[in-house]
Amino acid sequence: MTVADTAALVADAAGETPRRHPVAGPAPLRRRGGLAKYLGLTPFALYVLLFLAIPTVLAVGTGFFSEDGSFTFANILGIFEPAVLATFGSSFWVSAVTAVAGALVGALVCYAMLGTKASGALRTIVDSATSVLAQFGGVMLAFAFIAAIGGQGLITLWLIDTVGVNIHENGVWLYQVPGLLPVYFYFQVPLMIITFLPALEGLKSQWAEANATLGGTRWTYWTRIAGPVLAPSFIGSLLLLFANAFSSYATAAALISQGSQIVPLQIRSALISETVLGRENMAGALALGMIVVMVVVMWGYSVLAARTSRWQR
Amino acid sequence: MSRASKLAGPVRLGLAPGNVTRWIILGVVAIVFAIPLLSLLEFSLRDGFTGDYTVIHWTGLFDPENARPYRQLFQAIGNSFVLAAVAVGIVLVVLLPTMLLVHMSFPKLRRVLEFICIIPITVPAIVLVVGLAPVYSVVVRIFGSGTWTLAFAYGILVLPYAYRAIQSNLDGVPVVTLSEAARSLGASWPVVVWRVLLPNLRRGVLAAAFITVAVVLGEFTLASLLNRRNLQTAILQVSQSDPWVAAILALLALAFAFVLLLVIGRLGTVGNRSTS
Amino acid sequence: MTDTQALRTAAWPTEPAASLGITPATVELDAVVKQYGAHRALDGISLQLEPGEFVALLGPSGCGKTTALRALAGLEAVDGGSIRIDGDDVSGLPTNKRDIGMVFQAYSLFPHMTVLENVEFGLRMRKVAAAERRERAQEALDLVGLGERGERFAHQLSGGQQQRVALARALVTRPRVLLLDEPLSALDAKVRVQLREQIRRIQTDLGITTLFVTHDQEEALAVADRVAVMREGRIEQIGTPEELYVTPATPFVADFVGLSNRIPGVLTAGTIAAAGATFALLGDAQPDGPVLAYVRPEDVVLDVAPKGKGLAATVVASSFLGSLRRTTVRLDDGVLVAVQHEVAVQPNPGDAVRIGFRGNPVSAVPAP
Repeated sequence: MTVADTAALVADAAGETPRRHPVAGPAPLRRRGGLAKYLGLTPFALYVLLFLAIPTVLAVGTGFFSEDGSFTFANILGIFEPAVLATFGSSFWVSAVTAVAGALVGALVCYAMLGTKASGALRTIVDSATSVLAQFGGVMLAFAFIAAIGGQGLITLWLIDTVGVNIHENGVWLYQVPGLLPVYFYFQVPLMIITFLPALEGLKSQWAEANATLGGTRWTYWTRIAGPVLAPSFIGSLLLLFANAFSSYATAAALISQGSQIVPLQIRSALISETVLGRENMAGALALGMIVVMVVVMWGYSVLAARTSRWQR
Repeated sequence: MSRASKLAGPVRLGLAPGNVTRWIILGVVAIVFAIPLLSLLEFSLRDGFTGDYTVIHWTGLFDPENARPYRQLFQAIGNSFVLAAVAVGIVLVVLLPTMLLVHMSFPKLRRVLEFICIIPITVPAIVLVVGLAPVYSVVVRIFGSGTWTLAFAYGILVLPYAYRAIQSNLDGVPVVTLSEAARSLGASWPVVVWRVLLPNLRRGVLAAAFITVAVVLGEFTLASLLNRRNLQTAILQVSQSDPWVAAILALLALAFAFVLLLVIGRLGTVGNRSTS
Repeated sequence: MTDTQALRTAAWPTEPAASLGITPATVELDAVVKQYGAHRALDGISLQLEPGEFVALLGPSGCGKTTALRALAGLEAVDGGSIRIDGDDVSGLPTNKRDIGMVFQAYSLFPHMTVLENVEFGLRMRKVAAAERRERAQEALDLVGLGERGERFAHQLSGGQQQRVALARALVTRPRVLLLDEPLSALDAKVRVQLREQIRRIQTDLGITTLFVTHDQEEALAVADRVAVMREGRIEQIGTPEELYVTPATPFVADFVGLSNRIPGVLTAGTIAAAGATFALLGDAQPDGPVLAYVRPEDVVLDVAPKGKGLAATVVASSFLGSLRRTTVRLDDGVLVAVQHEVAVQPNPGDAVRIGFRGNPVSAVPAP
């Protein structure tokens, strides 16, 4: 849920001009001189400082200090130990797999929605359903999947009864890293639909018509025109999905009660047990690692979003 | 002459899928996505580990006789609503005035404000919580250890969504012109804000409020790792002793969020129709 | 206006234009019907284009002109009638096999391709080799005056430049028919005038059969060999611009093409008595009775001399339009008449003047 519904927001920041009232270009209304007029901004500034800036700095900074308060790179280097690297690896592959799967299925659903009326019933239902399901993460979703494909799940039992196949034959994998895959997939697809549908709708009908009048076929339309035009948006959405899965904690925490198989769970261990490989400031180092990954991915997303909005002006 | 109808139109041009394709895709996806929800419902109706079904879990939840064992649960739910209210308060009292101020008096700072409101996406809750623990030890010293103080951090989490909801409304309203007109007619600044600007920003403010509630009700990470009790941590905890109630709560929370988001969607379309 | 008049009065070329190798085709729409539910967008319209001819489809929004063009292009299916290009029935052919060139109103350039790649696209679809593709595309760009901009992208060009690229792209494949769907409507006024003349010049050079849809009557009159005025899915009148202007067949055409005064009068045996003058009736015979006569402002004469000849009137308002003036006067019986006259005469509101009529035949409609 952490990254849901952010497409337009980041695109706005990336340079697309939002619709604004033509006369809203504001001139400063107060001519009080000097710093006095900035007074009105202090509550917000203070609030952000206290609850965003300082925690972020602390989160990142504690990684550079050891328990006795001395500056050290030991925690940062600790990231490169095989156990921790494996955790990052798990996080990467879970995020990547669910991002790709979610992107493909989401794009397919968006394709199926092409040509429907913007104010029609189908669209409204899909809009509401996707906004709810994209937020439907964490504990509630974990339970839903336990109820569906857990040891006593509805589908598990139904499969045993009808086809005689026990999906948990070799142990219940739902409560381990592979179990994250279908669960993450469940909120990745709605997020993809939310972020990618506007791009598909931005395809101008004149392009398809021009393609036809110039002798092209449906194939040439999708491979030479729609495909390339949608590519930045598709990859951007893919990155967004990756970031979403990578930063997800609640779902994994609900399914995997113990252990640190992925980075957010590793942070949990570091915070709660305080003895991860004997370095309790590991949480800070891990946080730094996560932020680096997130910054890179979100920067890539904003670049692609800017490109998309430029073409679909 | 409708043999020609297959040779023209959106399907032929590649603009839209054929009806059959469309409904197969949507149908399959809808079924797959309904399964976990239906399973949750089915589970909540199960009678223990027998094969029967019963509504006893549902009725039990609302039976006043069962209030005692569920007391902590209801307390946690109450906490969540208090947190939601305080978070909405922060949005209305801190974010909204700042956005208005920046929009009217500090246009150059708009980009800065936007950037600040995007940061919480790049710094997810699991990272933020690492640095919040020391901050909260100070907060507890000043405000006590009630759960409601968690709302301070929640206000940060919802910044991206609340900002966008209010800003898209703000962009469509001629704030400067309206306030200048009101001032020229003799209104003081409080009157301008209260009687002229806010009524026009109702849509965005409501949307921001509802999104905030939805986010707060679904929040788990901060509550869990800062050792507070809210709806989600309560669901997790109760699931160990009474998984059926956990399932019911999950369904109810989901339904509530659905209603909220439906209303937000409606607010959006109502506004769009009138501005064209 | 003289340029386009000269272009128009010359016979259109019957030799195929060698430079782009276009063989112009005949186009025939025969009783074409298009139905959207209960609404008949095209009500059995028939139209014929000679090879190399430039025909404009003119009409208000919703009259079906764009539907007719799109039916010809194959972008809309028809429910009745037939469409023939060079004698071949194309109703069964999808758009991409009809060998047409089409310019849309806006947004039709592919945004991810350079201008040159856009223009090459049709050639690529026809599997033309790369070197020849590039050469022909460059030629087409030179033709529209954008030879230097091949490496630009659509969003880097102005609206007028984009439409010129769209034109080059449509022409480079040497189609037998060129279709233009309100190509100038989204452009600024000045660009519109320049571009329409350029389009007309290119069309004449190449001799390609062209159908041009517009709602702007000045535009249609300025560029077309013939103009078809459409209303509610039917063609009201088709003829040269002069025919439409001077001898409108119906009141709708008289109203839509150019300005008209509607002056109440009485029709008796083919002659209308209105505002103290007599006019011959234009068009089909009508039953006698009270009518409204359509008189052009330039057919009304204004006399500001104190003891002038003609009907008494009072000036209501006068507008300076650059090369002429248009003055509205009120007759004694309250009827308002617009008069077009030279700039030197400058009436003021309230002046007492006199008006007369040149007496050309006028069309009329029964008075409501």
